Amino acid sequence: MSHLKTEIRKRAEELVTLYPERRSALIPLCHLAQEQDGWLRPEAISEIGELCGVTAAEVKGTATFYDMLHTEPVGRYVVAVCTNIACLLGGALELLVHAESTLGVRAGGTTPDGVFTLHEAECLADCDKTVCVQVNHRYVGAQSPETFDALLDDLRAGRLDEAVPPHGTLVRVRRSVGLQVDGAVVAAERAKEAEAKTARAAATSGAGENKA
Amino acid sequence: MAITEAPKIVTARLDHGDSHTLERYLATGGYSGLRKALTMTPEAVAAEVDAASLLGRGGAGFPAGRKWSMLRKNPLTYLVINGDESEPATFKDHMLIEGDPHQILEGVLISAFALQVTQAFIYIRGEFALGLERMQQAVNDAYAHGAVGTNIFDSGFSVDVVVHPGAGAYICGEETALLESLEGKRGFPRIKPPYFPAAIGLYGEPTVVNNVETMANIPWIVNNGGAAFAALGAGRSTGTRLFALAGHVRKPGNYELEMVKTTFRDLIYSPLLGGGIRGTNTLKAFIPGGVSAPWFGPDQVELPLGQDEVGDAGSMLGSGSIVVMDSGTCMVRAAWRITKFFSRESCGQCTPCREGSGWLERIMYRIENGDGREEDLDLLMDLCDNISPGVAWPPQQTTICVLGPSIPSSIASGIRMFRDEFLVHVKEGGCPFD
Repeated sequence: MSHLKTEIRKRAEELVTLYPERRSALIPLCHLAQEQDGWLRPEAISEIGELCGVTAAEVKGTATFYDMLHTEPVGRYVVAVCTNIACLLGGALELLVHAESTLGVRAGGTTPDGVFTLHEAECLADCDKTVCVQVNHRYVGAQSPETFDALLDDLRAGRLDEAVPPHGTLVRVRRSVGLQVDGAVVAAERAKEAEAKTARAAATSGAGENKA
Repeated sequence: MAITEAPKIVTARLDHGDSHTLERYLATGGYSGLRKALTMTPEAVAAEVDAASLLGRGGAGFPAGRKWSMLRKNPLTYLVINGDESEPATFKDHMLIEGDPHQILEGVLISAFALQVTQAFIYIRGEFALGLERMQQAVNDAYAHGAVGTNIFDSGFSVDVVVHPGAGAYICGEETALLESLEGKRGFPRIKPPYFPAAIGLYGEPTVVNNVETMANIPWIVNNGGAAFAALGAGRSTGTRLFALAGHVRKPGNYELEMVKTTFRDLIYSPLLGGGIRGTNTLKAFIPGGVSAPWFGPDQVELPLGQDEVGDAGSMLGSGSIVVMDSGTCMVRAAWRITKFFSRESCGQCTPCREGSGWLERIMYRIENGDGREEDLDLLMDLCDNISPGVAWPPQQTTICVLGPSIPSSIASGIRMFRDEFLVHVKEGGCPFD
């Protein structure tokens, strides 16, 4: 029984075919699973492992390396306040303190109603608009303690729903083309290649032994 | 020294609100470079890039043509584009990805043809959600236009381009870490040698990794010739380059300038560029090339924006990011925040970087918050010396990648240039700027 819903599962299978080795789809599939659940549920982690040909532990081990992949639930809106050097010079620490007191959580925490997770971010590469804030990885323009509360109000009221998709939805543009040929043909070719590679590796190691 | 009349090579289209669309791209000469390249031999295209002497725009500044020539002998190859821009205060690639994705894509396609590579990956930083959408849309539209896929523009050449998202890790900008990440693993930089993925790259196959700004220059080079590009700039620093200006200037932003012909003074003070220091304060210090670079003081503003010129002066142009700090800036706090960044982003493979960055961060924190001791200054330098022996520039390395030796830059600069300010923190038991 698939944990990923039919449409997500189908997109996941398509993604796997784009790569010469299916493990490469691991991070894109984690993003997809988060699009469905908002975070990486253990069932999703297992299924990604099956799709990528690795164990669930390897998926989790990889996912925990990356800031954007969550192995625990986060709020509907992940509010990332950059405090790195350019934003620091633009008053980021003051904004972070303000955000913490307004939301009533420390950086890293989620509000009890599950709406907001506050994240102290590293540089988000929009440094001419300080203090740089992203909500669900969408830029919301330069922020200050004066503008921040209105931003939260807009988010709560759904006024930014168009600009800020739900947490986990990274990319709304789908690849319009698959590989140039039928997915099954690609899979068969890849299996043949892998077999040949294994055979070559065996031959090479055999040759090595002979030399020794 | 002044702002020159050099053409805008990578930012020409950005004034248009629809600069990211195929329609605008085609209306402004888009894909003519690819069409031209496809009438040439792959070797001739590569020769033009070589003649341009284009230095990689990612941070290390390695000549793109030479990177390519390492690859040409090998048949099985991948082209990987590094769009994982995460160096603090660097925001040029972000602008190019969102603002002109087709220009990058055309550069990728030309490069793939020159290298005879049929599979390219564009790795884009995960936090660039809009950038990922724009780039994927560009690939979709370019497919429909016949520029990507099978038999592009009826040339007989086929190439596929996959847009790949990262997931938030600074270290993945290091090219071997990026390849690990692209293989679906933790972003651990690979042990060197081999020094270049041209030997062992993606899936162990010969691979070339280029930065997105590097790619964005390629269509112009093919259209106008490598010689025209090399005629701009001076010495090894040819062409134009994007400089990301941030911090206490009136007009922060990305400025495309002819290399070497413009100085830091022009960039910071010219009314056409940075517009001078914000408010009534004066310049205290600036970082010339990303937070991995040693700092410069006001007496160094006359230096030209050139790779060797900045290198010879004891720092680097690096990622092309210039951070301006005014007289109201607490240098202890600035250096602390940069150190905290490295501590958070250390991948954890090498002890000097993993442990050293955390120790340095905690010592810097206690100095900034009034719990520092005078001997902490020596302790900081001793720790820096353990990470990068001699704390010199260019730095010595005790770690797998250059993140480690980048850590001491800000602390060593702070102590060297503003020792008294550190001591005031210690003696007064707090930050004098609070």
